[in-house]
Amino acid sequence: MTQVILFNVLNGLIVGAFYALMALGLSLILNLSGVINFAHGGFLALGAYLAYSMAPYIGFWGGLVFAPFVTAALGIIVEHVLIRRLYGRDPLYSLLLTFGLAYIFQDGLRYTWGAQSVPYQIPGWLASPLSASLFFLTGYRVFMVIIVALAVAALFLILGYTRLGIRIRAGTLDLDTVSVLGVNVRVLRNLNFGLGIYLAGLAGVLAAGLLGLSPTIGDQLIMPSFVAIIVGGLGSLPGTLAGGLLIGVAAGLTAVFFPAAQEAVIYVMMALVLLIRPNGLFGDAGRVQ
Amino acid sequence: MKSLQDRTGPILLWLLLFTAPFWMPYVGGYTGLGTRVLVLALAAMAVNFLLGFTGVLSFGHAAYFGLGAYGAGMAIKYIYPSSSLGILVGVLAGTIGAMIIGAMIVRLRGVYFAMVTIAFGQVFYFVAFRWVSVTGGDDGLTGWKRVPLDFGFTNFDILHNDVAFYYLCLICLAISAAAMALLLRSPFGHSLLAIRENERRAWFLGIPVNRHIWMSFVISGFFASLAGVLYAYLDNFVDPRAFHWQQSGDFVIMAVLGGMRSFWGPLIGAAVFVVLQDKISSHTDYWMSILGLFFVLAVVFFPRGVLGMIKRRQES
Repeated sequence: MTQVILFNVLNGLIVGAFYALMALGLSLILNLSGVINFAHGGFLALGAYLAYSMAPYIGFWGGLVFAPFVTAALGIIVEHVLIRRLYGRDPLYSLLLTFGLAYIFQDGLRYTWGAQSVPYQIPGWLASPLSASLFFLTGYRVFMVIIVALAVAALFLILGYTRLGIRIRAGTLDLDTVSVLGVNVRVLRNLNFGLGIYLAGLAGVLAAGLLGLSPTIGDQLIMPSFVAIIVGGLGSLPGTLAGGLLIGVAAGLTAVFFPAAQEAVIYVMMALVLLIRPNGLFGDAGRVQ
Repeated sequence: MKSLQDRTGPILLWLLLFTAPFWMPYVGGYTGLGTRVLVLALAAMAVNFLLGFTGVLSFGHAAYFGLGAYGAGMAIKYIYPSSSLGILVGVLAGTIGAMIIGAMIVRLRGVYFAMVTIAFGQVFYFVAFRWVSVTGGDDGLTGWKRVPLDFGFTNFDILHNDVAFYYLCLICLAISAAAMALLLRSPFGHSLLAIRENERRAWFLGIPVNRHIWMSFVISGFFASLAGVLYAYLDNFVDPRAFHWQQSGDFVIMAVLGGMRSFWGPLIGAAVFVVLQDKISSHTDYWMSILGLFFVLAVVFFPRGVLGMIKRRQES
């Protein structure tokens, strides 16, 4: 029993790391631009499929490195052509725009790569379990957590110490002042969107190795990411990270005792958080918009 | 008092709707398509009561729509085969759902409100998906049928007569629209508009803003669940997709497409949406991307919707 619980907690952390990676990207875009990006799941799936198509030529590692960048480049184009037209309007419109994009993504992926799910090849030494007693822990899961940890650390370093990151954080607090101080806000939002989409693409490649590829792979992950943001608190990136891990573990533990509710439990958690702390666990009081 | 000219639009609209079963076959439609327009129009108008007239964006109304649909189906399947019982149970389930969820989220605003409504909508999706023994899971709730309405003196056979069912939906839409219009004209409705225009000023005027938003949310959920009941009756079937966030998004798109600041906008939007979906999906499997592209273009270039454009042209 202990082993089962341990397994599910670990598994929950792994899944939670995933949610967190996706939610961090969503959060970045939401905080700076006020856009709920429904197409995030579509970008995630695109990253996964790009890595899949690149793998025969540049291998697993090449796909892991390049696919997220290509996804991010596409994200930057989409922002430049479509989303930036709607800044300053009611958030309703950008929401509907990305909702339409999500439709296009789903069909586009189905058209290009087929509706059937396909397996994604990972290096053999990653696919085997770590040891006989830890049979449930494949090398790939550990590898995934390491990559996520590295990506999150890199993100917080960028936000903390680079000029771009400092501007993003400042823009989140007060975009007008940042603009008045001579920062090109259009470029800033554009790059920030690209950064968020990069995280989605990375999450996609990692997810592909664990779950395989299907056009709806992003759909399964986007709702938990929303919940992660709400539980963690809107406007707080560390909160989003914590929220992702927390709901991952909660879902993992529920899978032991009451498997039917493993999806529903995160929404129950969200309801509880909203009742007790409407701003989320780490949200700033008074910043409910 | 509005001039007759202002009323020609709605009068024409209702004449068209009232005679639809007679002219639809000649323009390539069928009665079921017309009924679909009515049902989704009711849902879109319910969403718009909140979105267009209270200024609150709910992206999770599929929850109440789906509760209505499943409530009706399950009542007929498990309790007693009666269409009126189905309506009662479905609407009750949806309204109570809206009351509870509304109370939890009424303090939130803007993007945050929208996100929380999206997320809550998914709970019901998973319940319907997982609880296979009761809801039929992914295959949907089957094995039941809508039942002819028996008024004692006359029998309204909505089961075998599609045109009769069309008129039942039209009556429901008419009564609901009248009720919403009356509510919007009342002092309560005017205070909702005040909240939409300037929430802070509404607070200072002594309007209990949160309670009013909650009431508007519940009213909206009530009509959305009625639409859900009719939706389940339409195909004698309901599946978890009625709860899905894409369904919620479709309602909002319909409202915006038609013009969310006009009362009849969502009806026009629903008609455009349903007809487009029907036409495109009969030509290609990839209808979703075409519909999605249409949404994107509509949002970027015609954010006011069909009726909004017409109104603007008349004013200028």
